Amino acid sequence: MSGDESADAPGYEFDGPGMPGPAPDERPHPDGRRNAHGVRIDPEVEAEPRYRTAVVSALVEHEPGVLSRVSGLFSRRQFNIESLTVGKTTVDGHARITLVVEETDAGIDQVKKQLGKLKPVIQVGELDGDAVRAELVLLKVRGDEPDKVHAITQMYEGETLDAGPRTITVQITGDQQKIDDAVDAFRQFGIIEIARTGQTALARGDTPTTPGEEPGHSTEPKNSTYRDETDAEDN
Amino acid sequence: MSEQQTAATTDETTDAATETDGKRTPVTTGASSVVRALENAGVEAAFGVQGGAIMPIYDALYDSDIHHVTMAHEQGAAHAADAYGVVRGDPGVCLATSGPGATNLVTGIADADMDSDAMLALTGQVPSTMVGSDAFQETDTTGVTAPITKHNYFASDADTVGDTVGEAFALAAEGRPGPTLVDLPKDTTMAETDREPGPAKPPETTTPPTDAEIESVKTAARAIERAEKPLLLFGGGVVKANATEEARAFAVDNGIPVVTTMPAIGSMPEDHELCLSWAGMHGTGYANMAVTHCDLLVAVGCRFDDRLTGGVDTFAPEAEVVHVDVDEAEISKNVHADYPVVGDAKAVLEQFADEVGQSPDAREWRQQCQTWKEEYPLAYETPEDKPLKPQFVVEALDEATPDDTIVTTGVGQHQMWAAQFWTFTNPRTWVSSHGLGTMGYGLPAAIGAKLAAPDRDVVCVDGDGSFLMTIQELSVAVREELDITVAVLNNEYIGMVRQWQDAFFDGRRMAAEYDWCPDFAKLAEAFGARGFSAENYDEAADAIEGALAYNGPSVIDFRIDPTENVYPMVASGGANGKFALSEDQL
Ligand SMILES: Cc1ncc(C[n+]2csc(CCOP(=O)(O)OP(=O)(O)O)c2C)c(N)n1
Repeated sequence: MSGDESADAPGYEFDGPGMPGPAPDERPHPDGRRNAHGVRIDPEVEAEPRYRTAVVSALVEHEPGVLSRVSGLFSRRQFNIESLTVGKTTVDGHARITLVVEETDAGIDQVKKQLGKLKPVIQVGELDGDAVRAELVLLKVRGDEPDKVHAITQMYEGETLDAGPRTITVQITGDQQKIDDAVDAFRQFGIIEIARTGQTALARGDTPTTPGEEPGHSTEPKNSTYRDETDAEDN
Repeated sequence: MSEQQTAATTDETTDAATETDGKRTPVTTGASSVVRALENAGVEAAFGVQGGAIMPIYDALYDSDIHHVTMAHEQGAAHAADAYGVVRGDPGVCLATSGPGATNLVTGIADADMDSDAMLALTGQVPSTMVGSDAFQETDTTGVTAPITKHNYFASDADTVGDTVGEAFALAAEGRPGPTLVDLPKDTTMAETDREPGPAKPPETTTPPTDAEIESVKTAARAIERAEKPLLLFGGGVVKANATEEARAFAVDNGIPVVTTMPAIGSMPEDHELCLSWAGMHGTGYANMAVTHCDLLVAVGCRFDDRLTGGVDTFAPEAEVVHVDVDEAEISKNVHADYPVVGDAKAVLEQFADEVGQSPDAREWRQQCQTWKEEYPLAYETPEDKPLKPQFVVEALDEATPDDTIVTTGVGQHQMWAAQFWTFTNPRTWVSSHGLGTMGYGLPAAIGAKLAAPDRDVVCVDGDGSFLMTIQELSVAVREELDITVAVLNNEYIGMVRQWQDAFFDGRRMAAEYDWCPDFAKLAEAFGARGFSAENYDEAADAIEGALAYNGPSVIDFRIDPTENVYPMVASGGANGKFALSEDQL
């Protein structure tokens, strides 16, 4: 600051190297501390932050690039993403993205807030434990024992999509536990290929999946950017 | 207009038309609707470079009153637009053609994004029929800029392109500001349309808060009332929300000391006794002591950048944190907020003013802060003759110019000295590259700032390395006859790197020496500007006088002490309270 009377003019004699003031170790220091996440903590009871799995649902404008924006956000901010599914809703121009993320509580909070900032994102919600969730898996196994494969498929209420002399492909749907169990059960036949969709989910009962979400009906998209000529007229 | 209309109506209409849009030619193409959208948004100046894919837009600008400034390089256009926006408080506008034009904007867009500066970038694009074919000068501009814009648009419809541009402009300024981009394929801008775009309005999916929820304000107010060592931390958001008046009043009315972040320099007058200047890596010792010892930190509009906090584990270790921000995602992102308050800084500071009944009892704390000011003043040594000390140059420039002078900088030691030794008393007078730390920001920023505030003095404090990165923009300053002064603190080093090499790499000065620097005074003259050099205190005084008196762009090459370093310094990731005052304390 030029207000320092000591430092204004040429010829100012400064004694000793550097600047005035006590050295770092001679200064008073508080003992408190924050953890690596910026939370002030009691060092005695410090615990490692715990990761948990969260299912996040985002209602988005179904416009070009929305998926790359969402996935770009995840890679840029280094969120741990397990799966991502996307599909249209009953509202024209809307889509729902369901994300399964494994993060700390603070991380999940960030995921939701950062998602909510993206322009095409209309609403974001986190689903609780009793939400309805499902995943689809396609499994291709060796066709040496078709009867046994069929039995297992039935056990998991699956469907045979293709049966040839060398391979059998089946489809199983259900929650994650059921899918994991089914995959284990099919291992005995030698799994050749596998394709899983990742979880998709809806809140149970009357609760909307994202806050304030209206029951599905067709309306015009709100967004002005990608509307067609008929929409443009009423502006 | 119908011939059946009465004379009176005709006259009225003509009058109104002459007053409001007398020179406006009708919208005939996508390009002219883009330009109309800019006019509707109140855009008066735009910065850019011509090119194949953007030519339709430039052709439409031919009929507009918008002042287009042709820059020497698109990076210059982006920085100039950014600074123009910072000084004016509206989004600045820059234009570029597709491919290399658009990629040259990228650094400037990323810079604006990191500093939350409102800016609109318009880029030409190859015709949409050729998009995806690796056509001549094709780049996936929306793909490239997605991570560094608030939002970007690919405009595929001539009828709506004007509204899209209006929306992008409004979105850039809304809530937490930031850059937006509209990619304009040539077929969209060439296509015929007579659709007049409406007024610029933000998209409906975005609704930033203004007032905060009153419960959160009340709880924070109670925390402020009972604090014994309260500290206000003003961030760039205070300036962006035009909340400096409310912020200052809140500090003064409640007797709470203030530290700022670098982007918020000038939000609190630095000569005010409550102001402890800015905290962080090269911030003042007293600001960093206050941050380390406060028991309540009220942060307004700041994102707790690591250059401010040092290691978060040692940041404000004793403090509870009130965090006010319009962007909810900033709350508890880096530092946990005990009292989150989501809202616009201006609105929330008004709410605070109403809700805080009793000012905290902080007399002792204020005294303690004054003591730190005396204990750790910003100081430097000035030998009799030469070499010149850079800090002296900054102080001398400050003294020779009016209070509302705008200072722009490059990035490096000179930037820190400018921030430390210039006494800023007004908001929007410090224009620098903070979050991205972009060398070369200073000169184009000075051009943007001068166009935004033609009546104010503009001084660019630059480093030799930074200046060389965008020196070609001097040609623009000369062409536009801009009265700006570039003060190059020439140490023939990329000094900040040299300082770190000396401190942390055993003095192995790999690639940090610039002993092949051109003669900046001569170079200035070659561009058509005035050039001065100074290597001692007398020459410095003369050069400053001469440069400021010259009515046009001038460059002063200050040959400063090449060994001078920036102190205080908090080691990267270190504790704010452990700032070093000289190299042997690092
Ligand atoms: C575009 C860019 N490249 C590299 C850097 C890394 N860097 C930071 S400071 C610095 C030195 C700046 O030198 P100069 O502009 O001469 O300023 P000084 O530190 O000497 O005042 C460098 C290379 C940067 N900030 N920006």
